[in-house]
Amino acid sequence: MSIKQLSIFLENRLGRLNEVISFLGKNNINIRALSLADKADYGILRLIVNNKNKAFKILKENKFSVSETEVIAVEVEDKPGGLAKILKYLVDEKISVEYIYAFVEKSNKKAVVVLRIEDIKKAEKILKKNKVKLLKESDIKKL
Amino acid sequence: MEYFQKEIEIISEKELKKIQIERLKKIFNFAKEKIPFYKKLYEKTGIKKIDSLSDLKNLPFTKKTDLRDNYPFKMFSCDLKEVLEIHASSGTTGKLTVVGYTRNDIEVWSEVMARSLACAGVRKGDIIQNAYGYGLFTGGLGVHYGALKLGVTVIPISAGGTQRQLMIIQDFKSTVLTCTPSYSLYMAEEAKEMGIDPRKTTIRVGILGAEPWTEGMRRQIEKEWDMIALDIYGLSEIIGPGVAVECEGKEGLHVWADHFLPEVIDPETGEVLEEGKEGELVLTTLTKEALPMIRYRTGDIVKITNSVCPNCKRTMPRISKIKGRIDDMLIIRGINVFPSQIETVLTKIPEVAPHYQIIVTREKHLDKLEVRVEITEKTFSDEIKKLEELQKKVEREISGVLGLSVSVKLVEPKSIERSMGKAKRVIDLRKELKEGG
Repeated sequence: MSIKQLSIFLENRLGRLNEVISFLGKNNINIRALSLADKADYGILRLIVNNKNKAFKILKENKFSVSETEVIAVEVEDKPGGLAKILKYLVDEKISVEYIYAFVEKSNKKAVVVLRIEDIKKAEKILKKNKVKLLKESDIKKL
Repeated sequence: MEYFQKEIEIISEKELKKIQIERLKKIFNFAKEKIPFYKKLYEKTGIKKIDSLSDLKNLPFTKKTDLRDNYPFKMFSCDLKEVLEIHASSGTTGKLTVVGYTRNDIEVWSEVMARSLACAGVRKGDIIQNAYGYGLFTGGLGVHYGALKLGVTVIPISAGGTQRQLMIIQDFKSTVLTCTPSYSLYMAEEAKEMGIDPRKTTIRVGILGAEPWTEGMRRQIEKEWDMIALDIYGLSEIIGPGVAVECEGKEGLHVWADHFLPEVIDPETGEVLEEGKEGELVLTTLTKEALPMIRYRTGDIVKITNSVCPNCKRTMPRISKIKGRIDDMLIIRGINVFPSQIETVLTKIPEVAPHYQIIVTREKHLDKLEVRVEITEKTFSDEIKKLEELQKKVEREISGVLGLSVSVKLVEPKSIERSMGKAKRVIDLRKELKEGG
């Protein structure tokens, strides 16, 4: 049930981020969510896009350092305490989160939270047990 | 084991010394007589003649600057009409170092290159893809002459045009690749991009030189190409490629000491070091006509051994792989650093590519060493934590070897400029600062 996120290694230099983003735009790739982890010398751009396979292929062909990472995307009620509830399910089972980012859905007023977790299988089981809605690749396309 | 000139390649030490002293006497007198530079040099030091090989150590050294000062032809022993070929190398300072060859010099060059190719395992039926640059650089034509002399097929493709190189390797079924070690790696990388597996090509041996490279880099190249990678050494001031070469035993480079007499000296004091001690290689051409070089300081750091090669039984002295050039040696906070030391570390860490660049700066009167290292596509981790661990690991290992702290900067795969010829590994910004005032 996990989905694939694209991770791109970027050197810290003026215009490099724009190079990737505008490249994707020109190739008709729509970005659903993104986050940028920044270090002094480099950053990692993490993306959820509408057409992951195409984006991966063209990035690779154009010599960007891109890899695919499995992440979990869950639907959260867009109200105070919504995310906390989900995190608690994980904490209770001693599952740590590597990183997290979120975006708000336009259509049904829910937030989508992307989680990177080492033991994805276990996390999925727990979330399902607690009736948390996990998004599939096909759901992402529809967003 | 096949030799090109068996009698001389397995000559006894005593016989070799006999040839060397005869030729040394001759070249000393010849140079003194024909070239004003040497006449002046030896008059100044009061040395009139050479009686034995041990007299050599009393002669003054010659240096690259001597060639530049006598630009273009003043070091030549003969009239230009006797000189059939001229080569030149550009130094970092801009002025060319010019060298010339008489007909006999070309003959000697062809001969030592033929010996070198045979020593590296090249046989009749082999096809040499010669990707050293043809032109003023001696690499291309040196290999070419050797191939003709040995009687094997040579493709004079010269350096560059990597896609065409790969097409020709596949279509002509080349078996021997001659180029710089860094270019061979670049070629393998390009091959994979084009969907060609370099391991599946017909190339079985690489004869690589013109820049220092490490054992780690050798392993990498051999793995990428599934071939034997052997080191060849030479410099245009002496003759070009063909001064020394490895055999398949990889037990050091066999110096053709009937033509080029090697010594190893302490670069500080100029004293000759005993066998096995590391120092600067000094070469004397014993047979060169147009441009005899006597006690030429190569700037290359090596060790020398006189024992018989355990693999091929050739008897001539062997030098170790070049550790580095004295000019490339960086002094960082008083510590000597060779780029090859950093290369050795990187080739042992699978998560990074062996392409690197060293950047030296000075901040608040303190030298800073930064090493830019490429992550590889395969090992690129999405997690900052892992990248940080990798960066720390590379820093730790380099610092451990050099004995001083360095900062490592991870950069995108293939972002460090690839070279078709000699790789530019070091950017010393301290010099620019100095020049800029």
